[in-house]
Amino acid sequence: MSSAVDRVRLKDFSSIALSTFYKGLEEAIRIDRMPHIFCPGCGLGIVLKGLAEAILKSGIPIEKHVGVSGIGCTGRLPGYLKIDAYHVTHGRPIAFAVGLKLANPELEVTVVGGDGDIVTIGGNHFIHAARRNHDINVIIVNNFIYGMTGGQYGATTPVGSYTTTSPHGHVEYPFNIPLLAYAAGATFIARWTPIHYAQMVDTFIQMFEHKGFAVVEIIAPCVLYGERNRFPSYTDMVKYFRDRCVIDNEADLPKIGISLDPKEPLVIGVFHKVRKKTYEELYRELIERVSKGGAKE
Amino acid sequence: MPGLLRPGKYFMQGNIAIGEAALIAGCRFYAGYPITPSNEIAEWMSRRLPEVGGVFIQMEDEIGSIVAVLGASAAGVKAMTATSGPGFSLMMESVGLASMMEIPSVIVNVMRAGPSTGIPTLVGQGDIMQAKWGSHGDYEIIAYLPNSVQEAFDFTIKAFNTAERYRIMTMVLADQVIGHMMGKLIVPDYSEVELVEREKPTVSPDQYLVADSRYLIPPMAIAGAGYRVNYDSLTHDDRGYPSVDREVSFRLVQRLVRKIRENERKIAEWEEYETDDADLLMVAYGCTSRSVKEVVKKLRREGFRVGLFRPKTAWPFPWWRLRELSERVNKILVVEINMGQMVHVVREYAARDIDIMHVPYAPGYMPDPGYIEGIVRKVYGA
Repeated sequence: MSSAVDRVRLKDFSSIALSTFYKGLEEAIRIDRMPHIFCPGCGLGIVLKGLAEAILKSGIPIEKHVGVSGIGCTGRLPGYLKIDAYHVTHGRPIAFAVGLKLANPELEVTVVGGDGDIVTIGGNHFIHAARRNHDINVIIVNNFIYGMTGGQYGATTPVGSYTTTSPHGHVEYPFNIPLLAYAAGATFIARWTPIHYAQMVDTFIQMFEHKGFAVVEIIAPCVLYGERNRFPSYTDMVKYFRDRCVIDNEADLPKIGISLDPKEPLVIGVFHKVRKKTYEELYRELIERVSKGGAKE
Repeated sequence: MPGLLRPGKYFMQGNIAIGEAALIAGCRFYAGYPITPSNEIAEWMSRRLPEVGGVFIQMEDEIGSIVAVLGASAAGVKAMTATSGPGFSLMMESVGLASMMEIPSVIVNVMRAGPSTGIPTLVGQGDIMQAKWGSHGDYEIIAYLPNSVQEAFDFTIKAFNTAERYRIMTMVLADQVIGHMMGKLIVPDYSEVELVEREKPTVSPDQYLVADSRYLIPPMAIAGAGYRVNYDSLTHDDRGYPSVDREVSFRLVQRLVRKIRENERKIAEWEEYETDDADLLMVAYGCTSRSVKEVVKKLRREGFRVGLFRPKTAWPFPWWRLRELSERVNKILVVEINMGQMVHVVREYAARDIDIMHVPYAPGYMPDPGYIEGIVRKVYGA
């Protein structure tokens, strides 16, 4: 069986000069690490570019931006950014980010992880960090599959999907990430796809500005998922995004779970934004309260 | 220093002494998850850290706790956690992470009876091997073995210092008896307390290499300092970029273990009691060494030439001194609250032709002096 990757081949992309693609972003991207490891047809390259652009436009000194990631394809993304980046163990980037932010509240800490990293193995850290409303950003690139390890199912894989560990069809129900984030207490929740590049960059900038736990889900095409599930060519998922995406900032979150059924709409937008004191602000107040009580003998 | 425990004489619980020592050592971040018998440390730190401008957070589990500690330390703040039994097992993955990213960090493990949930309120010493070998791959840690409230205090400060000096994870392997014991504590004048800080880079960001193999212990750039570097849990080159190159990966792994192996004689500590003319050398540590010392005292009065070798560091183990002593004695008897852990290390390093015996003991209690005395008398055939 020839894979979608085989069919695409690098020759299709070899004519794109890196310096052109990342023009104006050299300050934020480690050009010396290019080409990146993402497959042709993957959404991560666009997310990388969008995040680099947002970092430069954020108005926050680039020295204060810190990227944290775990394991998986998406976990490789912050390492391509010319910022302080920590590529830690699988599922743990949010916990690491919590430590970074509490130790130095001046840092702008952004976790970038896949659906496996953030809402499967790292689900416990995700819901509790959201509940405490830490002032950190979490970009979840949801491609419905474990790509790095060869295409196994995860917590967002739609029921009925075929993956390398569900060869007879997947019998689990997936997480609806915006609903999960909302229920857990996230104070900024958005969802885009890489083809909504301008909105994605704008949302990243809003995410940096937001004080509190911000979750941005990026629905990304994955050739490993697509080749087994209705999207055999590397452009098929992108076409599906183009044809079926509906922007609805007022969406009813319980109704925006993703089935990847070409007949169903894919609801995207900035769903939730509320200002609530962050853990860091509350703890700072606690320290001030305690220190007024005087030093202990 | 306002807010810190003042120099003087105290009667204090071991776990509280650990907390106060951490504050004096400069710890300003604690992340932990409740678990017996280490809870007093978390409770004390939750009260004390905000008093000195630090942060306490109770995380969702032990995995998150130790990872948050590493994050805080990566941002330049001395950080610790404390745990026991199952919590220590859950932290094992991050022992390797700390080693690979070379992030100074401290775990206090108040050892309890296992396996599994075991007896949370009672003592064990079953984590000696796990501390060194519990994470996958090759790495080194430093692990201290306090046997008193004073040592719980002293070794906690040392643990922070060696963590900073070697950019490594260090552990205080206390046990339930030491953690819950009330005992005398002398806090020295602060001027007598050595405090070590990690070395910071002096070169410009474009010259800085995060895992510079020209150093045994490279200077550490903290997050937000302008160095803009990639710290990677993947095997990486000097720039911190992932690598599968044969030479690059082997050079890194070698350096990570050489940091400690080349300095083991500076780090390892031990106590000897009545070893000069001993024919039977007893090896014990932590609370168990208190029982053994009583036995040595009593049997010495009766003329038995018995002595005690007490490692104060499990890792690195003071093997060279054990080897020297083993060449002079006839027999070695290892007493520990497990079914056989440090005895393996003793067997590895003792002179080959002597009799090495072990007292397996894991009921959740420390062995009484009387119990050990009976065994020693049998060894002597008396």
